[in-house]
Amino acid sequence: MSQGPRGEGPRSVGAVGEGGGDRPGVLLELQGVTKHFPVKGGGFWRKSHDAVHAVDGVDLQVRRGETLGLVGETGSGKSTLARCMTRLLPLTSGRVLLDGEDITDLKRSQLRPYRRRVQMIFQDPYGSLNPRRRVGSIIGDPFAIHKVADGAERKRRVQELMDLVGLNPEHYNRFPAEFSGGQRQRIGVARALALRPELVVADEPVSALDVSVRAQVVNLLADLQDELGLTYVFITHDLSVVRHVSNRVAVMYVGQVVELADRHDLYATPRHPYTKVLQSAIPVPDPEQSERRARVQASGELPSPINPPSGCRFHPRCPKAQPICAQVVPRLEVKFQDPPSHLAACHFPLADGEELPRAEAGDVARVGPGDGDRRAG
Amino acid sequence: MATGTSQPGEAVPAGPVPAVAGPAGAGRDLASLGPGPTSPELAEASGGPGPAGLYEAGEARSHGSVLRLSLQTFVENKLAIAGLAILVLLVLFCFVGPHLYVTNQKSLNPAISNYPPSSAHPLGTDGEGFDVLGRLMVAGQSSLEIGMAAGVAAAIWGTLYGAVSAVAGGVIDAVMMRIVDTLYSLPTLFLLILLSAIFAPNLPLMIIVLTFVAWLGPARLVRGEALSLRTREYVEAVKVAGGTRSRIVVRHIVPNAIGTIMVNTSFLIADAILALAALSYLGLGLPDTTPTWGGMLSNGTTVIFDGYWWQLYPAGVAIVLTVVAFNFIGDALRDSLDVRLQRR
Repeated sequence: MSQGPRGEGPRSVGAVGEGGGDRPGVLLELQGVTKHFPVKGGGFWRKSHDAVHAVDGVDLQVRRGETLGLVGETGSGKSTLARCMTRLLPLTSGRVLLDGEDITDLKRSQLRPYRRRVQMIFQDPYGSLNPRRRVGSIIGDPFAIHKVADGAERKRRVQELMDLVGLNPEHYNRFPAEFSGGQRQRIGVARALALRPELVVADEPVSALDVSVRAQVVNLLADLQDELGLTYVFITHDLSVVRHVSNRVAVMYVGQVVELADRHDLYATPRHPYTKVLQSAIPVPDPEQSERRARVQASGELPSPINPPSGCRFHPRCPKAQPICAQVVPRLEVKFQDPPSHLAACHFPLADGEELPRAEAGDVARVGPGDGDRRAG
Repeated sequence: MATGTSQPGEAVPAGPVPAVAGPAGAGRDLASLGPGPTSPELAEASGGPGPAGLYEAGEARSHGSVLRLSLQTFVENKLAIAGLAILVLLVLFCFVGPHLYVTNQKSLNPAISNYPPSSAHPLGTDGEGFDVLGRLMVAGQSSLEIGMAAGVAAAIWGTLYGAVSAVAGGVIDAVMMRIVDTLYSLPTLFLLILLSAIFAPNLPLMIIVLTFVAWLGPARLVRGEALSLRTREYVEAVKVAGGTRSRIVVRHIVPNAIGTIMVNTSFLIADAILALAALSYLGLGLPDTTPTWGGMLSNGTTVIFDGYWWQLYPAGVAIVLTVVAFNFIGDALRDSLDVRLQRR
């Protein structure tokens, strides 16, 4: 899927976020963020101790002004991590720091001032807008909640926002059902921007959209970033989208970050075998090129997050796996002569230009960006 | 669609040699493909991931809002119109009627007791000498007032209770719903008799008593609805914006459950009118100075063997008509407000 008019141009805002390992202007910091969902069951007398390890010990820094892409298969914990960042879900353990302030244990009411600074864009343009409310009150809701503006003033600001995201301000009194998917997503964007947040967490903002509309919304988000100096966490399973929008990319696998790097480094020299597998699954629009390309596959399926594999979680499917991979959890660290911003969690990282050995024949299941691949193809 | 049509398309240039069999075969393929695979694909295109299909639906609906469409469906329902007409007539009968047909409903008049229907008294008189037609009107006022007030009050309280319970979740939800379960396990009539025996019955108290037994249904119903609504992304959006729980309940959960609530309310009103009649019939309703349909029914049964049928049937017919009217309206509301049944 090509990304329309903006092409492959670098999308960094200033020099922030490029390179530098010594935390320049960290806006949001996650320290060992873990979220487990207890599994119901186990009978009346004995409670089940099983839990879905949705997110397991994620350390991430989001720098001011950058776009951090978060990629992974369906079920890798991306959306859960997003909801931990925005404190929609309480953490099992770990810390969330916004601008150096710990917001992990704040109560609902204490959190309100921070809510203005961190906003979210949702995946489903149909489920994220209340069908019984008019567009004006949907976008104006944050103003009402924070008592920023009301009456004519609120209407004026809502219409400003509608204009900003490319909606006709005259449609102020319409219902969400009267808009198309792309327009609805614009409404969601306008709502997220109402309070002039610093950080916007976009949870698969374009996955539910038609391919033709996808580029428009992605470009809108990019333009708004330039205009308003926003910081994005951009979650997607579509690697081509993330390549287009991100400054840095974090690759997630079963609740953990397995590789974190600047966009160019990640695509040029992927270190983690999983990243390589994901990359080879990006559909290429040119059929000839697609034929020629070696498609790396990983055997097996995404493991159950209730009982994640020991050691490196990718080892049951990894073509490079050795015995140590099942025993020792690899640390997220710099490999070879990589810049300090390029981290990978792998015992046997891929060298520059190294191809993965083909997985053994048999029940070979393709690893790809899950449903996104199917939808794009 | 694309794959379905491309296959026969390719078959045509491929088979020009067996000139007869080729196109015929392709034609048969087309015919057999036509109704088969295309229709599910079409269905998928309009209902599945395609925003285009929904976009069109949205455009078509842009002039008539959801509300207007519901209204249209409601109006097209003959039973709904019948129910509404009966209700309007009953209300006119009870509240306007006494001004047109003035009768003495205050002081006893033993001189004219138990008169059969005549031109002076179209529905005769009862044992105390009250005109039955006039009394039917006055009794209807309290029956309708109490029934509607109790039904609406139960719906409002039950809705808030259920929505708050669902949104709060966890222990609060469990405790709140166990209270409902406990009250539900008590027989309604027993509860009604107990409550109206404890409190000296008057009109406001009667409303409270009837509300107390009626709110359990809507509470459960709305909680169930709210449980699914609270996981919607638009509720998450409110949370991210810092909205309070009460905002979520009032602005987001309740408006989206309003269809269910309205349908339920109409049934609640019918039930409350019936319950009031039952209580009055048992002599536990309002005091005799306030006539009710149930009370008239009760008095009527005591004289049925004397042949004074006119004292029994009018009140019975009034009760049945009212309950049937509300049920018709409720059914029609359900049809018109349920999105799944709505025609495009």
